[in-house]
Amino acid sequence: MRRVVVTGLGMVTPLACGVEETWSRLIAGQSGAGPITRFDASNVVTQYACEIPYGDGSDGTFNPDDWMEPKDRRKVDDFILYGMAAAVQAVRDAGWEPQDKEGRLRTGVMIGSGIGGLTSIAETAVLIKEKGPKRVSPFFIPGALINLISGQVSIRFGFKGPNHAVVTACSTGAHAIGDAARLIQWGDADVMIAGGAESPISEIGIAGFNACKALSTKRGDDPAKASRPYDSDRDGFVMGEGAGVVVLEEYEHAKARGAKIYAEVLGYGLSGDAYHITAPSEDGDGGYRSMAAALKRAGLEPSDVDYINAHGTSTMADTIELGAVERLMGDAADKATMSSTKSSIGHLLGAAGAVEAIFCILALRDQVAPPTINLDNPAVTPRLDLAPNKAVKRKIDVALSNSFGFGGTNASLVLGRVTG
Amino acid sequence: MSDIAARVKKIVVEHLGVEEDKVTENASFIDDLGADSLDTVELVMAFEEEFGIEIPDDAAETIQTFGDAVKFISEAA
Repeated sequence: MRRVVVTGLGMVTPLACGVEETWSRLIAGQSGAGPITRFDASNVVTQYACEIPYGDGSDGTFNPDDWMEPKDRRKVDDFILYGMAAAVQAVRDAGWEPQDKEGRLRTGVMIGSGIGGLTSIAETAVLIKEKGPKRVSPFFIPGALINLISGQVSIRFGFKGPNHAVVTACSTGAHAIGDAARLIQWGDADVMIAGGAESPISEIGIAGFNACKALSTKRGDDPAKASRPYDSDRDGFVMGEGAGVVVLEEYEHAKARGAKIYAEVLGYGLSGDAYHITAPSEDGDGGYRSMAAALKRAGLEPSDVDYINAHGTSTMADTIELGAVERLMGDAADKATMSSTKSSIGHLLGAAGAVEAIFCILALRDQVAPPTINLDNPAVTPRLDLAPNKAVKRKIDVALSNSFGFGGTNASLVLGRVTG
Repeated sequence: MSDIAARVKKIVVEHLGVEEDKVTENASFIDDLGADSLDTVELVMAFEEEFGIEIPDDAAETIQTFGDAVKFISEAA
């Protein structure tokens, strides 16, 4: 089977625009949470979220002008803007902008989203109600469709390989990377631009997740403390927004062009819960099987895993995942470190799995596990080191990233340092 | 320039992201100003909104240049 490595990274997160800017703040234990500014939140229950820091582009701020021209930006929902920004970063980082026909034909794009153009759908519905259907923009549909990140990125760079988009709620980013890696393994492409993006911080998004009792509601006075996975005072997840995109490449292809190789995609596992539309089963069976499948594909034992980036959303489900991981790891749980970076950046839904896979890749590179911030009083006594409030310097040769989504859709990625 | 021409030009500049001096009498939205077919649909909608008029589809098809737009709107408004 062809080997797949990661040669480019890009992200826009609530901590910063940019991979290194985000990573240094994550390791320092910063939070991206604050009062909602994206819309007038006075009518929704939860009035805080983890928003991307907009600005002039300096000091890790996100300047939309740096990534899409104003005339093009007007035609797309924000999730496409974020996906484009992360994709451009990743492509530049990889140094892969082929001008020849073959290079372009062998490069594909698979960037998904959990919900896509939620905000523009809501705004257009209001417009129809107020002004009638004839006022609907011709750019509404192509600006809201989930696969239009992949479409826009392919048009920008001329990538003519497989063009695809994953939609599996909070597992989207992880499924995209795993599925894209398989397209390379099967020879459908040599390079894939893969990841996820989401822009759910709007009245309809917050109201919807409030309605299904998924969001934290009690920390309006101190939003930075709201996302607290595994802590006994956690009360729901904190909404995030952003995008994560990686460049995946067939190993020999990357070596031949002297590309910088960050890590190898060693394994990918998927499973379904067949249990409930929003909750995992008490025994965490779906997550367990997803992790076990990824390790089997990688040809590794649970004891080989050094670092786990948990799904850990700061909901009751945290301890279900923790239980499944400890069951999988057995005695090896005592030696592994697991953290939830959602404590810092909130839950980026369809972007989460991609952003968190990038965190795993950087953990492999820098030999450090990012912290689980706000973990002051663990709800249970864990066998795993959950890296409470402080990053952990340690040996990390193999990292595992979990993503579990509404509908009972689970994905796990196993990433490793490249040797030889 | 008439008030109508100035307002049409402002819409064209905003929607197509072009320099103001490129928007001349005979400038074609598609051939000279980089618009695609969806852009022209949106432009016509913006004209309708700005001037409170209705531009039927068959009339919209005849509006190919900046000059065409100003002429049509001047007669309709």
